Parts: sequence; C-alpha cells; structure tokens
Amino acid sequence: MSQLALVIDLNVCVGCHACVTSCKEWNTSGSAGPLADLMPYGRDPTGAFFNRVQTFEVGEYPNTQTVHFPKSCLHCEDPPCVPVCPTGASHKRASDGIVLVDYDKCIGCKYCSWACPYGVREIDPERKVMTKCTLCVDRIYDEALPAAERKPACVLACPTSARLFGDIHDPDSIVSQAIRDAAGYPLMPEWGTHPSNHYLPRRKTPMHIHEDELERVDNPLKVDGLLPKPAKSEPSLDDVMSW
Amino acid sequence: MRPDFSVLFLTTLIGVGQGLFLALFTVQLYALFGLLPPQDGHLFYAHGSLLALAFLVAGLVASFFHLGRPERAWRAAAMWRTSWLSREVIVLPALMGTVLLYGAAHLAGWRPVLASLPSGIAIDATVLLGGLGTLLAFALFLCTAMIYACLPFLREWASPLTVINFTLLGGASGFTLAAAFAGRVAPDLVRFFAGWAFVITLFGLAGRIASLVRNSRLRPKSTLQTAIGIKHPQIAQKSTGFMGGSFNTREFFHGRPAGMLRRVKWAFLITAFGVPLALQGACWSGAPEALLRLAFVVQFLGLLAERWFFFAQANHPQNLYYQAVA
Repeated sequence: MSQLALVIDLNVCVGCHACVTSCKEWNTSGSAGPLADLMPYGRDPTGAFFNRVQTFEVGEYPNTQTVHFPKSCLHCEDPPCVPVCPTGASHKRASDGIVLVDYDKCIGCKYCSWACPYGVREIDPERKVMTKCTLCVDRIYDEALPAAERKPACVLACPTSARLFGDIHDPDSIVSQAIRDAAGYPLMPEWGTHPSNHYLPRRKTPMHIHEDELERVDNPLKVDGLLPKPAKSEPSLDDVMSW
Repeated sequence: MRPDFSVLFLTTLIGVGQGLFLALFTVQLYALFGLLPPQDGHLFYAHGSLLALAFLVAGLVASFFHLGRPERAWRAAAMWRTSWLSREVIVLPALMGTVLLYGAAHLAGWRPVLASLPSGIAIDATVLLGGLGTLLAFALFLCTAMIYACLPFLREWASPLTVINFTLLGGASGFTLAAAFAGRVAPDLVRFFAGWAFVITLFGLAGRIASLVRNSRLRPKSTLQTAIGIKHPQIAQKSTGFMGGSFNTREFFHGRPAGMLRRVKWAFLITAFGVPLALQGACWSGAPEALLRLAFVVQFLGLLAERWFFFAQANHPQNLYYQAVA
C-alpha cells in the first residue's frame, strides 16, 4: 500500500509563497468549486487556503536563522481527524493514503478541525464545508497531463525545489531517500499521528579551506623554488626527449 | 477554543432534559418500592416528561446552528462505530423518543404489567420505558462528554473528569428544575428533589474543582520546538503567512483577555454552585418553593458560563502556529 506525501526541505525554502498561490490557483479552479476568497482587497481579507508559509526566527540576535515553514495537511498515517467525523466525509484513501473530505457529505460541524493538532483544516466560509489539502488528487492521476506534470501544484511551482512528492512507503522513492539521507522528521511526534509529510532540517554547509588552497602548490610562479634543482651532470629534458 | 453559543446551549439544555427525566424516574422507582407516595400520572409524569422533552428538543435545535450544512445533519448518524459525535446524534433522538413514550404511557394510563418481582411488586410498561430512558440518558451524558474527552491533545478536556462533570452538572440542573416543577404540581416532593439537587450540585462542585485543579497543573506537551521540529530554546514567530484573519485564527481562541477567563471562572463557581446550593438547602429546610425557580434560572445561567469557560480554557496545539500575525 502506498502513502503519497510531501517532503519539504527547510534548508532550501526561501519563503516566496509560490506554493501558496499556486495551490490556491489550482484548487480554486478545480471541479470541486472555488475556494472562498472574501474581501481580497478589503481591510480584513479572509478565505480558505490549503497551504501557508509561516516564518520563524530561531536564535538570538545576531546569531539568528530565519526559517520559512510551509504548512499543509500532513496526510497522517493515523489521522485523528478521520475517526471523529460523524458522516464519514473525512476519510483516508486506502489506495494512496491521501486524507480527503467528501464535500457532498460534510455537514460543516468543524469537529475534524478540532481533532487535528496541526490546524491544517480550514472551513470554507462560502461553501460551509471543511476543506484541506488534497495533494492535488485531481491532478496527480490526470493522464491528460504530461507525466512530469502529474505532481501537486505546489511542488511544480517551487522555484528552489524545496518540495518533493512521492510514496514514502517505497524505499527507493525520491521522498524516502531524502528522508533517509537528510534526516527528515515529522511534526509533533508526541501525538502518535505518524504524519506522512516530512521536513528536512536546516543543514550547515561547511567549507574547509586548506593551506594549499590559499597558496596553490601548482602556482607556476612558485613551482621552480619548490622543486629540487637537478645537478649539472644530470640529464636535461632535452636528453630525455631526444631518443 | 472559541465557545460557540450553539454548543453551549446544546450541552446545557440537553443536560437539564436528561437530569429532569432521571429525576422523574427516580420518583417512580421510589414509589414502586413504597418509599414515596405514588404520583399522578397525568399531572406529574406526563407534564414532567413534556418539560424534559422540551429541553431536549431545544438542545437539538440549538445544535443545528453549529452546522455549516444543517440540511445534511441526518448524515451524522453514519459513523457511530468510530465517532462519539455520531453516537450522540443517535442517542439523543432515541432518548427523546423514549421520553415521549414514557410521558404518553403515563398520560394514557397505559401500564400493562410485564413482570412482577418475587415480593409482588408489579413491573409495568412505564417502568421498562423509564429504565430504558435512564440508560439512554446516561449514555447521552457519556457520548456528549466523550466528544470532548476523546481528543488527546486538547488536554484540558482529555480526562474522565469531563464525563463525570457533564453527568453531574446535567443531573444537578435537572434535579433543580424537578424541584421547581414539583413546587407547582407535587408539593410533597419539593424537599425530596431539593435534597437530591443539593447533593448532586455539591458533587458537581467537587468534580469541577478537581478539574480546575488538574487543568491548572497541566504542562503543554507540544511546544514550538515540536511544532516545527527545530530543537532550539529560542524560537519566535515572525509571520503566520497572511495578514488578515483565517479560520485558524478565529476558531481556536476565545479572543478575550485573560482577566475575563478569571472572572467567568468565579462567576460560574458562584452562580452554578454557590447560589443554587444555598437556595436548595434553604428550600430543603422549608423556605418557600418559589426560591427553587430562582435557583434553576441562576444555575442554568451559571452552567452556560461554566461551559463557556470549559471551551475558552482548552488550549489547542494548533495555536502554536499562530502566535504572531506579522
């Protein structure tokens, strides 16, 4: 059984919000109907988004790091939002592990959003049903699209390739390799939800400068002085070459 | 969490209905064993059941205001295997139906004897309906409270005290109403009900204080460190990713200053427990029964404040992601 998921590389994310806008664009144009976008130019705009990029400052000045943190549904392997749903609208697909809401069954009681510790479900203020990241389920299986584009909109939009998409149950997938190689971790592991989405931590990019890089051993200006001088009686280059 | 008035009214109103029904059937059981004089089926049980039913229906009506799509509410009975909310949606109408039948049986005098105890006491249909209703009333307390108590990361709620308090507070308000009701139709029961209301309110106060003490000692399990997975003691949010409000900034916080939380706590301790206890005690020792009507009104308002506090105090871990707008 596969489990599709995103792996988000915090080392690479620059916080440009391209994933946010592309997500909104794709999901407001789809067959499920528009995502609410109320008073977009007013004093207090609001609406439903599946994906947000938040910014945190880690450390104390001057030793700080600015961490941009994209947050969307983590498609937990043991999602607490699913069993609490009274209608069965909130469900986890057995085939690919995507957690979805059936908008035609949802009664808008908001109980699933209470049961999600990550706060990634947002009620649509116009349709009055719960909405959330679908991993672009209407896109990733669309055979009318070229194979390279059968990925979530946020993944395709990311200019720094901070978002990877794949099956974390397949040990050879790009996401499994990234989790293994770059120490990918889940959010709030204390609640036993086993999020499928993983985050790759900030990594130090160390630079080792060796003596010989500051003063090149093959510097032609220095080479003569470093090499042992041949004796006058020793064969010269001409002697060697002219056989 | 943001206290939604539809849910405050739902949980308090059905609590009164359940408690009142339990009070009515308690009298019938006492009367069955000859501990209290038998009551008039029409005046006492039928009218009492109607009153209990009215509270249950009012609670159900209030619950619809919580739904975004109330026209689909019937779907909520589907997932009773996993969802306490779904179980509540099934048990509440079942209790309403049983209370209706119980009242109707008393009204019509339909009391065919189904069995008799070895001591010769006849078990008739109303006893069976009453017993069934009692089971359903307790099941409904369990379902309603477990909706909140089953969410492990809402740690203020995730405790057996939630179930105990929903049961005791519903029972207390129901018995207070029963005492006020008896003042009108069965004056010889006023002391009986006032005494029980006093005892249940006292236990409710103990349970609620236990819950307040427990919650004041809670230490959060989730921190900003586990929320974003960065092991550093100093993390400050600089942006939530948007400047306007969203569902996440509105639904999970009561939006009032901390001082209001403290004031509401003292307000409900006085109005849901202190004042009713004094009035119930006074009526038990012979004060005019009109005070019981006052006791019920004060206690019901107090329980609304108690439920407001119950929601406002619960701190959802998703708030860790919404500490600073920008």
